[in-house]
Amino acid sequence: MKKITNAQALRQVQEDLKKNFDPNKKLVTICAGTGCRGYGCIKVKEELEAEIQKQNMDVEVRATGCFGFCEKGPLVVIHPEKIFYQQVKIKDVADIVSKTVASGEVIEKLLYRDPETKETVLQEEEVPFYKKQLRLVFGSNGMIDPTRIEDYLILDGYSALAKALSEFTPEGVISEVKKAGLRGRGGGGFAAGVKWEGSRRAHGEPKYVIANGDEGDPGAYMDRSLMEGNPHSVIEGMIIGAYAIGASEGYIYVRNEYPLAVLHLTMAIAAAKEAGLLGKNILGSDFSFDIHINKGGGAFVCGESSALFASIEGRAGEPRAKYIHAVERGLWDKPTVLNNVETWANVPLIINRGADWYASIGTEGSKGTKIFSLVGKINNTGLIEVPMGMTLREIIYDMGGGIPNGRKFKAVQTGGPSGGCIPESLLDLPVDFDKLYEVGSMMGSGGMIVMDDKSCMVDVAKYFLAFLQEESCGKCVPCREGVRRMREILEDICAGKGQEGDVELLEHLSTGVADGSLCALGGSAPNPVLSTIRYFRDEYDAHIRDKRCPAGVCKALITYSIDAEKCTGCTLCSRVCPVQAVSGEKKKAHAIDNDKCTRCGACIESCKFDAILVK
Amino acid sequence: MKKTVNYTTQTREIVKKHGGAKSALIAVLQDIQEAFNYLPKQALKTAAKAMDIPLARVYEVATFYTAFSLKPRGEHVVKICMGTACHVRGASAIQDKMERTLGIKPGETTADGKFSLETVNCVGACALGPVVVINTDYHGQVTMAKVDKIIGKINEEGAQS
Repeated sequence: MKKITNAQALRQVQEDLKKNFDPNKKLVTICAGTGCRGYGCIKVKEELEAEIQKQNMDVEVRATGCFGFCEKGPLVVIHPEKIFYQQVKIKDVADIVSKTVASGEVIEKLLYRDPETKETVLQEEEVPFYKKQLRLVFGSNGMIDPTRIEDYLILDGYSALAKALSEFTPEGVISEVKKAGLRGRGGGGFAAGVKWEGSRRAHGEPKYVIANGDEGDPGAYMDRSLMEGNPHSVIEGMIIGAYAIGASEGYIYVRNEYPLAVLHLTMAIAAAKEAGLLGKNILGSDFSFDIHINKGGGAFVCGESSALFASIEGRAGEPRAKYIHAVERGLWDKPTVLNNVETWANVPLIINRGADWYASIGTEGSKGTKIFSLVGKINNTGLIEVPMGMTLREIIYDMGGGIPNGRKFKAVQTGGPSGGCIPESLLDLPVDFDKLYEVGSMMGSGGMIVMDDKSCMVDVAKYFLAFLQEESCGKCVPCREGVRRMREILEDICAGKGQEGDVELLEHLSTGVADGSLCALGGSAPNPVLSTIRYFRDEYDAHIRDKRCPAGVCKALITYSIDAEKCTGCTLCSRVCPVQAVSGEKKKAHAIDNDKCTRCGACIESCKFDAILVK
Repeated sequence: MKKTVNYTTQTREIVKKHGGAKSALIAVLQDIQEAFNYLPKQALKTAAKAMDIPLARVYEVATFYTAFSLKPRGEHVVKICMGTACHVRGASAIQDKMERTLGIKPGETTADGKFSLETVNCVGACALGPVVVINTDYHGQVTMAKVDKIIGKINEEGAQS
């Protein structure tokens, strides 16, 4: 692409792209997000292209960013009618091309069927999963081939950058972001504008901006979808931020587990540079800024700001004390602004549509939208973007479609290992930064892991402490030793060795770990334990006093047996049992020897008659 | 060993590619691992010398980050996702099953060098949980029965080639 040298030229490029785009021309988009790739969408895409060629048609098949509705992937949309097909398989491709693409004929069986009304739905927007969403940050994903800058430009991409450079002073950008009330999407929810201002005022050159793409919270993958699906939105946000702060260099720190994000970001940076939107004299101005990509090494703690700086500097990712502020002395001890990927992707929206518009969305203290990953024991898994303040009930039941297999909702875990478990009684809680904090959890990066009555809350607490103990960098004692000790107590409780007073001891240790730890990893490590004690104390008591796991999860506290009424003697369970604990003749009820049984669950998975009982 | 690998020359080239700056250490180690499938001792020594970083510091970084392995890894690296979404959908049962099927624990490699087993704290494909990633392929909604199928298929492919 030719270098774009000013705002006017950028508009011209966008207009030319629009002119050459015929909105009535057939276009097939296919979601190429992680979920759909897992379901084999790339093969479906290749098949679509081959079939279109075979039938001699001139139709583009575009692999785009994530659509969000991962549950039903691979997802395909036929434009301009916007016919939304789900769970598309290779064998469906010939029909799609010869019927829908060729003549607009709808294939009923590929449409989404509302599980309640049993009616099919033609377009994406009408699917209940999407209906209540407000997809501002995430919205363009489904139209953009992330490897082509043109797809971003045609949607007025980089207009916000041009506007910022031509209409705003750097201070003006900062006051706009402050007025919009943008808070960091990475977890803490710190006001982005305030951070920027601090860095702008700080002494020291050069200044840095960093995008934190070390999405380590288990259960969250929205940053991945943004980096993979719409990398230019993140880059544009960073350039605007750099202009506001006076930074000349930027870094995107991407998780080691996200190679596709690295690829797409690398391509996007190269394309933006070629177009004069990044690098020296951006859009003909005297502002220059460059972005580098750093791959993480698979350490959760590197999502913490000072640990992330250490990692970019080529060292082990150990955090430092918090009295040194990153905005003044961050990367290489220079003023640095670190924001999460999603935060950066919000910036172009604010500049384009104004702070007042942005601040009109959301709640008193939390503005704009938030992307959540709705996962775990929920019918419609995927990524959703909703205005701040939507209730958990709306998210879990209206969009998520409730709990699978008719089971009962027990809790939703938010905020990753720093967050907590929220019980059913709080389902009407409006979700924003402050409300989640009030109930003992936090926003985190937006993971929402739904749990049903088969999830043991003590096991969940143990799980998080095991996670945190493994990921603790080991620098400070309260985190290194305290989390380990808490984990040991929880392991004892789950193994039936819990004692009276264990819960109180956990609470006591929590105070020490939270107050004494150097960084947020340790500081918030007790949250999963404290929130489960707060809302599910009865489960702890059942484990400690009655040596019973009500959810049937903790292996030492459960036994398997076979319901003789339901068992048909099909022998499947005895064949899959790795320790030969199941005995019985063919066509007669079987029995399980609990001395041999390791409660691995293989028999439960194999049984078609629901005959294995867990007590 | 089928062939003798020249760790020294290749490592020097990798260091050179990154310009030799000390801050590039993690990227250098990533490339070394990419080239040799693990971090051989000789390569670490060479990198330390070429980058003028004490070997102890190189070792610190190599052992701090879980993505690095100081032991040779198998031909196929099996990663079991231990994220929360996978955990509540039974990832630990999948891990047990995988351990039984392969006969190794996480961090180990089968005697024939074919498989290495690792656990990952979330691979970011939460909607598909429980997830197993083998090399670069994602396997979603894995069941115990599916574990046998997936591993069986890889073994079959290996037998044919």
